[in-house]
Amino acid sequence: MTEVNDQEIKAIIFQLKNEEYAISVQQVGSIERMQHITRVPQTSEFVKGVINLRGVVTPIIDLRKRFGIEESEFTDSTRIIIVYIDGLEVGLIVDAAYDVIDIPQSAIEPPPEVIGTVDVDYIEGVAKVDSRLLILLNMKEVLSSKEVKILKSVENS
Amino acid sequence: MEMNEYLEVFIEESKEHIQSLNNHLLVLEKNPSSMEIINEIFRSAHTLKGMSATMGYKDLANLTHKMENVLDAVRNKQLVINSDILDVVLNAVDHLEAMVIDIANGGDGKCNVESLVAKLDLIENGETIVQDKSDSNEMDSSQNYNSSIVNTLDEFEITILQESEEKNYSNLQITIKLREDCLLKAARVYMVFEVLEQIGEVIKSVPTVTALEEEKFEHEFTVLLVTKEKTEHIKKKIMKVSEVDLVTIVSFSVEGIKKQVKQASGQIHQSAENSQLEVASTLEITAENNTSNSKTVINNKTIRVNIDRLDALMNLFEELVIDRGRLEQISDQLKHVELQETVERMTRISGDLQTIILNMRMVPVDQVFNRFPRMVRQLAKDLAKEIRIVVNGADTELDRTVIDEIGDPLVHLIRNAIDHGIESPEVRKKNGKSPEGLLELNAYHSGNHVFIEISDDGAGISKEKVINKAISNGVITSDQASQLSDKQVYQLILESGFSTAETISDVSGRGVGLDVVKNTIESLGGNVSIESELGKGSVFSIQLPLTLSIISVLLVEVEKEKYAIPLSSIIETAIVDKSEILSAHNKKVIDFRGKVVPLISIKEVFDVPRTMEKDEFYSIVIIRKGDKMAGLIVGTFIGQQEVVLKSLGDYLTNVFAISGATILGDGQVALIIDTNSLIK
Repeated sequence: MTEVNDQEIKAIIFQLKNEEYAISVQQVGSIERMQHITRVPQTSEFVKGVINLRGVVTPIIDLRKRFGIEESEFTDSTRIIIVYIDGLEVGLIVDAAYDVIDIPQSAIEPPPEVIGTVDVDYIEGVAKVDSRLLILLNMKEVLSSKEVKILKSVENS
Repeated sequence: MEMNEYLEVFIEESKEHIQSLNNHLLVLEKNPSSMEIINEIFRSAHTLKGMSATMGYKDLANLTHKMENVLDAVRNKQLVINSDILDVVLNAVDHLEAMVIDIANGGDGKCNVESLVAKLDLIENGETIVQDKSDSNEMDSSQNYNSSIVNTLDEFEITILQESEEKNYSNLQITIKLREDCLLKAARVYMVFEVLEQIGEVIKSVPTVTALEEEKFEHEFTVLLVTKEKTEHIKKKIMKVSEVDLVTIVSFSVEGIKKQVKQASGQIHQSAENSQLEVASTLEITAENNTSNSKTVINNKTIRVNIDRLDALMNLFEELVIDRGRLEQISDQLKHVELQETVERMTRISGDLQTIILNMRMVPVDQVFNRFPRMVRQLAKDLAKEIRIVVNGADTELDRTVIDEIGDPLVHLIRNAIDHGIESPEVRKKNGKSPEGLLELNAYHSGNHVFIEISDDGAGISKEKVINKAISNGVITSDQASQLSDKQVYQLILESGFSTAETISDVSGRGVGLDVVKNTIESLGGNVSIESELGKGSVFSIQLPLTLSIISVLLVEVEKEKYAIPLSSIIETAIVDKSEILSAHNKKVIDFRGKVVPLISIKEVFDVPRTMEKDEFYSIVIIRKGDKMAGLIVGTFIGQQEVVLKSLGDYLTNVFAISGATILGDGQVALIIDTNSLIK
């Protein structure tokens, strides 16, 4: 992670299916309720479209689809987390976002080798806080240019 | 002293001075004896030198100083300007520009200028005997500032003083004493100079400006000022600067100086009194000379604003426009008379505001054009051609966003015209033309568009060559070739994979053909058209939208989704019966005013989720790209609207057939269709 606080990382916790994920608060701009999303044709599957975020057209990614989790209906607790990384401004659809906690650096472990179907490169590590297991995301990888490249190849086909 | 806040101003002004140097030098080449132009050049060079020395860019100051020496020799008729000298001077200006750009990019503005300085020295010494004393004098002057400033004047400075005297300016020697307890001496010096520069020109200061900046002086310094202001006014103005203890102003004449030099020191006051009389007698005539002053007055009416601030203003205003849209909707629903009136009034005012903001972002195309004369001169030299460039309508205004983009395409077209269009002087003579080729740049407004034309009186485009080349390069087949109109043939040279240059020269024709130009212009929402007559010349005409940030669109609905189609690419809309749709080789076409127009279904291209029943009638938007047409099948037309163009952000780049997005009155995002990419 960018900041090396010798003890703790402040992170926003959100939920996808039954698992809990964490992003550093420094990367989060705001958390929005679900709103009308304008579909952008011929982009990759996980790009839901764009929203009007206070005058700025912001692309939205469905994290469930990005991580290969099956889709579900949007509910009252569905949220859009706006993240800022390297000048990119992107919204992520998550099932729920409800908590900000401090994760001690010592509690973070590298991602386990066997983690099922999800690609390991966008997982920074796993942290066990109390009895909860949190998956720390590397947002740069989540939005990595690899995906953008895939996007482009789709467009050109 | 904290220089950063001045850096931006320095860079901007340096660029302006360099540009003016470039322009005037070119005029000078044609008109070598014009004193007025030489003086203008001199003034720019001098200001540039002063500024760069103040900012501590030694190389920059040094080079300008050498250039100034050469110019001075020209001015004093010790040197006759010729093309070679001009080349070196222009080269020096190029280096200056490179240094300024380096500084702008955060560099230190250092550059190896020795060879150039040596060349300038050569020119300067080759035909004139200007003493090198001027340099050493300046170096020393910081030390012996106690003696009279007049003694340290070098020849060049005396010339300036003399000239200003001829023009009825008064030469003043001003001694400023700061308070002994003054803490920020350099800052006070800066403020004093600020004041002085407003009222006249500082010819010299003792100690030097650099020494003053570094606070290498006690409490007192002396400057020579050329001005028209009255002494008591100057005194009052300088005294306004805090911590200034005492200001003594003595005026003097150059005659006095010359005497002074002979008599060493001591009697300044005598001559000063004499000259004061002189000044008094000349005051009456000064009114005539006011023309030169009016220039500065105009300058004072403009301010420099950071472009980011303008962008921010524009963004905020766009927000306002969106809210205005919502307000209009609400007031329509409520039907409250007073509310409606207020909203209407607000709409009008914000409309005016929009025009003003848009105008603020408009800059004259001169910003792009002004570098072309230089470029053309160089190119003509390289290619051994004689070319005269004429620029018309340089004051035509365009949005800054467009200006930023059109530079490269224009350069490309000009290079093309010079390389392929205009023939060599021998060929021209043989064909009965004047050996000097004419390149014309025209810019003008027409409706919502700006046209830029690049015309040459060269060889024109050979249709057969173009067709043969296009066929051999596989751009078209020979069957197609026979059916093409002249215009279509010329358009072929804008296709990718096409280059008619028989010899690949350094100037153009490196494989990246004119298709780059076409693509850039089209991505700006404009288009390129070509007219040509063999043996007479060609005209490349570029049509550009006035602004890129607000466009008129037709809003359409496809199933449940809303899309915007730029009005600039729409020919008309039509509603056709299902039965009118024909099929040609499995493709849907319609017969539209006698032409067969292919149909594109937005629903299919964009995979719009199907929600509604099929209609008996199709709503069709006829779009065009150049001469080609196509019909877009949409759901329903919503109407025409002015919208603010927004990008989709950095994450979604190059989405197929979408050029951007806009936010509608209800706060939803609508995508703007890029019709150009729908037609092949």
